[in-house]
Amino acid sequence: METGVQITRETVARRGADPSFTDRLDTPDLRSIDIRTLQVNVGKLCNQACKHCHVDASPIRTEIMGRNVIDACLSVLDTHRIPILDITGGAPELIPDFRYFVTEAKKIGTEVIVRHNLTVTFELGQGDLPDFFAANRVALVSSLPYFLQRETDSQRGTGVFEKSVSALRRLNAVGYGTTEDLTLDLVYNPVGAYLPPEQSAMETDFKRELVTRYGIVFNNLFTITNMPIARFDEWLYRSGNRERYMQKLRSAFNPDTVGGLMCRDMVSVDWQGRLFDCDFNQMLGLPLERGRPQTIFKFEKDVLIGRAIATAEHCFGCTAGAGSSCGGAVVN
Amino acid sequence: MHYYNEEDLARFGDIAKYQPALFEKFMAWYQACQDEGALSKREKALIGLAVAVTVQCPYCIEAFTNSSLENGSNMEQMTEAMHLASAIRGGASLIHGIQSHNAHDKVSM
Repeated sequence: METGVQITRETVARRGADPSFTDRLDTPDLRSIDIRTLQVNVGKLCNQACKHCHVDASPIRTEIMGRNVIDACLSVLDTHRIPILDITGGAPELIPDFRYFVTEAKKIGTEVIVRHNLTVTFELGQGDLPDFFAANRVALVSSLPYFLQRETDSQRGTGVFEKSVSALRRLNAVGYGTTEDLTLDLVYNPVGAYLPPEQSAMETDFKRELVTRYGIVFNNLFTITNMPIARFDEWLYRSGNRERYMQKLRSAFNPDTVGGLMCRDMVSVDWQGRLFDCDFNQMLGLPLERGRPQTIFKFEKDVLIGRAIATAEHCFGCTAGAGSSCGGAVVN
Repeated sequence: MHYYNEEDLARFGDIAKYQPALFEKFMAWYQACQDEGALSKREKALIGLAVAVTVQCPYCIEAFTNSSLENGSNMEQMTEAMHLASAIRGGASLIHGIQSHNAHDKVSM
């Protein structure tokens, strides 16, 4: 049986470079303008196996970041004064050195964002996560694709919605969403092959429905487009939706999003310390421009800024409609 | 051979072939009707879906199902809209039953 990883590699081989994306730009290529965020994907281990996951993360994955790579990331954050550390996975909390990473990053004054899937707090030994996050003033970004059970469980697995609601209540109880420096942002992903709704309208709905139905409050809702990568791409093929979904992304190309694309002021690090332009390129194995530092151990901020960003057809996912980034829509 | 082809939805623009000016006017009207106005885009998409089901246009049903989802509606809301449209259609038939009553009353003692 084919795994999602095999399909991803095949897909990359089949696609190769896609000039059609760069053809749509006003400039010959897309270039990095700064490095304000170090986004570190600490591994593919996760307690969930969501249908739309571009990482192909699951409980059976064994790729996780070791202490030597984490220390190299901390050194880069300190030396180059990169203001934001964005930790993602998998479920990053499941790696042994997660709490070390967070506390050491906070010691050097870095703003820490954790992409927290909510349900991991019910895993063995993780029950105190809300207190740990609050004590370290970690900004949380958590996926909740919809405010109803059916849609959420359909994408993220049976029982996920109920656990997510319980986890959100725990986070509210320690001050998340209600205290100024305890930020709790939620992420909406379409539960299928369509584009996300307008972000502010959806945020209004989420706030009304979550507080009315479950007494839950949060700060911001980010609407994020599903990327045709790994497990979601596999589903697009299987369900016969791929061609039309890609056509939809291409048709919805919005040139106004290009200036605000997240790849322009960040660098992505994988569990082995390799550098990429973004988490999506990381999963596709699209390397950084040749001649630039390729690992966290050889990080040079000045040499990485100005690099040409590797693009392919999945980039249409970030430029469709209002655009999509780890912080939600790119334009209003 | 069947009369409805899925691919034809993307070929809608081909209607302009013999009367481009008329199609251009239609598209401008059609698009303007769906823009945010006194009603939100979400409300308009739900109205579009309800009407599409009522006029039983498979192309419109697909288009406005996607449009409703992309404007944040869920299947409970969309199904309510479809029921309302269908109920009005049913009611429109049923009210004509009064014509029958009237006809009956006219010829009956």
